[in-house]
Amino acid sequence: MDNLPEISCDLLVIGSGITGMAAALFAANLGIDTVQVGRAGELGFASGFLDLLGVHPVEDGRIWDRPFDGIGALVAEHPRHPYAFLDKKDIQSALSGFVSFLAAHGLPYYTEPGKNLAMITPTGTLKTTYAVPATVQNGVRALAEKASCLVVDFHGLKGFSGRQIVETLDKTWPNLTTRRISFPDTSGELLPEHMALSLESPECRAQLAGEIAPHIHSAEYVALPAILGMYRPMAVFEDLQKQLNRPVFEIPTMPPAIGGLRIKAAFEKALPRLFVRTHYQQKITAVDKQGRNGFRFDVGRDHLRRVITAKGAILASGRFIGGGLTTDRKSVRETLFNLPVFQPVTRSEWHQKSFLDPRGHPINRFGITTDDQWRPLNNNRHPAIPGLFAAGSILAHQDWVRQKCGAGLGITTAFAAVNAFQRFISG
Amino acid sequence: MSILNTPGSCQPPIHTQVLIIGAGVTGAGLVRDLTLRGIGCILVEQKDLTAGASGANHGLLHSGARYIKSDPASAVECRKENHILKKLAPHCIDTCGGLFVAVAGDDEKYIADFPQLCAQSGISARAVDLADAREMEPALSDRLIAAYAVDDAAIDPFRLTLDNIAQAVDKGARFFRFTRVTGLTVKQSEITAVHLVDTRTGREYTVRAEIVVNAAGAWADQVAAQAGISIPMIYSKGSLLVTQSRITRRVVNRLRLATDADILVPGGTVSILGTTSVRTETPDNIYPEIEEIDHIIEEGAMMIPVLETTRYIRAYCGVRPLVGDANSGDDRKVSRGYALIDHTRDHVDNFITITGGKLTTYRFMAEKAANLVCQRLGIDPACQTCTEPLPASTDGQWTEPGLAPHQWMKQNDPTDLLLCECEMVSRHTVDQIIRNMGRLNITPTLEAIGLRSRVGKGPCQGAFCSQRLTAHLYDRGVFKKNEGIVNLHQFLSERWRGQHPLLWDVPLIQAQLQEAMHCGLFGLELNDPKGQPDKPGAGGGPSGRVNA
Repeated sequence: MDNLPEISCDLLVIGSGITGMAAALFAANLGIDTVQVGRAGELGFASGFLDLLGVHPVEDGRIWDRPFDGIGALVAEHPRHPYAFLDKKDIQSALSGFVSFLAAHGLPYYTEPGKNLAMITPTGTLKTTYAVPATVQNGVRALAEKASCLVVDFHGLKGFSGRQIVETLDKTWPNLTTRRISFPDTSGELLPEHMALSLESPECRAQLAGEIAPHIHSAEYVALPAILGMYRPMAVFEDLQKQLNRPVFEIPTMPPAIGGLRIKAAFEKALPRLFVRTHYQQKITAVDKQGRNGFRFDVGRDHLRRVITAKGAILASGRFIGGGLTTDRKSVRETLFNLPVFQPVTRSEWHQKSFLDPRGHPINRFGITTDDQWRPLNNNRHPAIPGLFAAGSILAHQDWVRQKCGAGLGITTAFAAVNAFQRFISG
Repeated sequence: MSILNTPGSCQPPIHTQVLIIGAGVTGAGLVRDLTLRGIGCILVEQKDLTAGASGANHGLLHSGARYIKSDPASAVECRKENHILKKLAPHCIDTCGGLFVAVAGDDEKYIADFPQLCAQSGISARAVDLADAREMEPALSDRLIAAYAVDDAAIDPFRLTLDNIAQAVDKGARFFRFTRVTGLTVKQSEITAVHLVDTRTGREYTVRAEIVVNAAGAWADQVAAQAGISIPMIYSKGSLLVTQSRITRRVVNRLRLATDADILVPGGTVSILGTTSVRTETPDNIYPEIEEIDHIIEEGAMMIPVLETTRYIRAYCGVRPLVGDANSGDDRKVSRGYALIDHTRDHVDNFITITGGKLTTYRFMAEKAANLVCQRLGIDPACQTCTEPLPASTDGQWTEPGLAPHQWMKQNDPTDLLLCECEMVSRHTVDQIIRNMGRLNITPTLEAIGLRSRVGKGPCQGAFCSQRLTAHLYDRGVFKKNEGIVNLHQFLSERWRGQHPLLWDVPLIQAQLQEAMHCGLFGLELNDPKGQPDKPGAGGGPSGRVNA
C-alpha cells in the first residue's frame, strides 16, 4: 500500500459534471492547489444550455421570464433550497465567471442580462433557459420574430426530425419549413459527435453548404441540429453563415449531445493549464478521513492506482446518474462518505404514480443537507466531516429537472463551496 | 322491459348475426370459432386488444398441476387444452417444460400427496432427483426438498390474440377497437340494439345483432348492467415482475397449495415472476404496488435466490374476473373455472356472458360459448378450433423477441436505422408494422406500435426510442401537428405504471435519464396536450404488458 504513488493537494474536487468542472475552475482562479477526480461522462448528457431558474412552483408550471424574481419567490417558499444560501451577487459572479471562462476557450454564450430566454427543442416544445451557446443565439431571435426559417435535418440522424419541429410548432411559429439532406460523404447512421468533428474540416463545410443552399429560397434563417463543430464551433458556425449568407442556429439533439461535450472538451483542455491536476475516468475506491493531511483517498485501479491526500474536499459527485447517490430496494445512500441522506422512510414515497405528475417526484428532492457554509451535516445537524463541502445536484431540497435550474445550481453552489473551503483553509 | 341509456343515433344501424363485446383472448377465440363455423361476427373493444387480464398474466400454458387440489375440474381442462394448443398453435408456444419444486419448510403432506393428485387428474408428473433438478435449472435454491417435471409451457398471449382475430378478420369478421358500449336496448326479452361510441372520434352508432355475447372479462358486470342484469363478481388483482434476462429455461412452480409469488415463467429473453391476489373494488385504475412487489421478490427468492438481486425492468398487474361469492375469504378458493351464463335466466334471451377462466383454457371457453350461440341461433355447425391449426399472422409476429433483430441482421442494410436499440427494432420493421395497421384501419400510435412489437420493452423502457420513433412517425407523415406530444405523454405514462414500483439501483438511474431528457430538456410536463395537468391516477384499465 505504501508504495502507491502519492499525490498531495489542498483541495480534492470529487466529480466532473458541470459542478465539478466549475469547482475546479473557481478553485484554480483563487490559486488553490487543486486535484480533480471524476468519471467525465456526465456532461455528455447535458444540452449545453445553462438554466438558472425556469419554473416555480413546479406544480403550477409557472415559467419565469426574470430568473432572479423567480429565485426570490422560490427561496421565500422553500428556505432550505440551496439558492436560499446564496445572495444575488454571488450568483451573478459565479455565472459570469463560468461564462467568461467558456468564452475565453472558444465557447461564447449568449444571455440577456437578468432575463430568461426561450428556445425550441427537437420535440417542438419551447425551453426556458438562462444562457445559450452563441451558435444558438439566432434561434432565440428568430423564434421571437417568428421569422421564416429552414430547418435542415439529415438522413441517418435519429430522433431529430424537421417535420416534427415544423408540425408541432405549427401554431406558435408558422414560418418554418424543413428539408432532409445527406451529410457529406456518409451513409447509414450518423452520430452528432462524428458530424461535429467532420465539420471542423473546411471541405466538409463547403460540401454541406452546397447541399443546403438550393433549399433556402426565401428563408431568413437556417437551423441545423447541434453538430457545428466540437473544438472550434465558432469557426464552423461563422464559416457556414458566410457561405449560406443567412443567420444560422443550432437546435439541440437528443443526448448524448454536442452542447455538453463541447463544455467537457473545453474544461479538459483548460483546467490542466490552470494547474488543476485532473484524473478523469478514475474512481475513488476508498476514503480515510483521518489521513495525515486531512483526507486520504485511494483512486483508480491496477497500474493507475494512487493515493491522494488533501486538506479538504468538495463533494460534487452528482445524484444517481453521476453516482454520488445510490439506492437499493430500501434506501438511498451517499456512496463515498456514507453521509446521511435526507429521505423518507419507505420506497413508496419516492415516486408519483404518474411520470409527468406536475408536483415532480419526491426522490428528486432527497440528498445531502448542509449548513450555510456548504458543510454536509450529520444526524445531529453538525458538520459531519471537517474539511468536507458539498455542491451541485447531490444537495437536498431542490428539483433541478422540474425547476429548470441544473447548471445554475451546479455553478453557483460550486462557487460558494470553493469560497467556503478558502475560508476554512485560511482559517 | 325498460329501455336503458339509449343515445341519440343518426347512423343507420349495422346488422350482424353475433356481436362480441371485449377483445381479450376469450373474445378473440370466440370471434375465430364462430367465423370458422360460418357465422357473421362483429368484435368490439373499448380499448385495444388484451387490455385486461389477457395482457397482464404470466403467459403460462398450465399443465394443470397447479389446480389438482384446489380445483380438479380446472386441472383436467388445462391438461386437455395444453395438448391441443401445443398441436394447433405451436408458433405461440415455447414448449420449455416445467418443474414443481419444494424448499425446506414447505408443507410436506402436500408434497407427499402431489404425485397421487396429479395421477387422479391424468396429469403427468415425473419425480426428478434433486441434484438433477439443480443441474437442469442451476438458479434453483440449494434448499430443495422435492422436484417434479410437468408439461407446462410458455405462451405468448399477444400473438395468440392477434392471430385469432387476424384469421377471423381474414374470413370476414369485423373488429372495432376503441369502441365502447354506451347502452343496450332491451325490448320483449331481447337486446334489439347495441349502442356504441368510437372513443377517439366520439362518433356514435348502433349494431343490431341476433345474439350479443359479453366477453368483457373483468368488465362483464358493467356491460351486463346496461341490460339491467347483475353478475356477482370479485376483482382479484395480481401483480407480476419482468426480469431483465431469462433466469430459468423452464417454468418453475413452487410445490405447495397455490399462493403468492410461486411461479416463474420464461418469456423469450426474460422471466416473469408472480403473482399476488389482492381484492380491489373496481377493475380500473390499478397499479402494481411497491409492497406487493417487495413481497413477490422475497417469496420468489426462497425458491430461486438470484431473484433477490437480479435486475427487474417492469411490473404490471391485471384483474382476474372471478364470478362468485364476494364474501368468501380467500379469492384463490373461488373457482378459476370459467362462467358461461345464458341470460335467458334473466329474461334476456339473446344475451350470453362468458368470463373468468384462464388463458390456458381460452379456446375451450370460446368453444363452449360458441356452442351456446349456435343453439340459440338454432343451427348446429361443428367446432373447427379443436382440429384446425391457428395460422400465424403477420400482425402477431413482431411481438416475438429476437425476430426483429434477426431480420435486421439478415438484411444488413446500413440505412435501416435501429429506432429501439434495446430490442433492436429497426425503421424498416416499424414501417412494416405501420403498413399492417393501415391495412386493418388501426391508427399507429406509439402505444399501438408498442403493443404490436417489442418497442420500448427493453431496459430503457422507452426513454430513448419514444422520441426516435416519434421523429420517424413525423417523417412518415403518420403524426401531424402536436400528435407527437400527445403520444409521448400517453406512451411514457403507460410505461411508467410498470416502472415506478421497480425504481432502485440501475432502473432508477434509467428513470432519471428519462426525466432529465423528457422534462429537463423537452419540458413535456409543461406541455400537456390536454391543457390540464396530468392528474395522478388518470387513465384506466390494468397496467402493463406481459411481454414487457
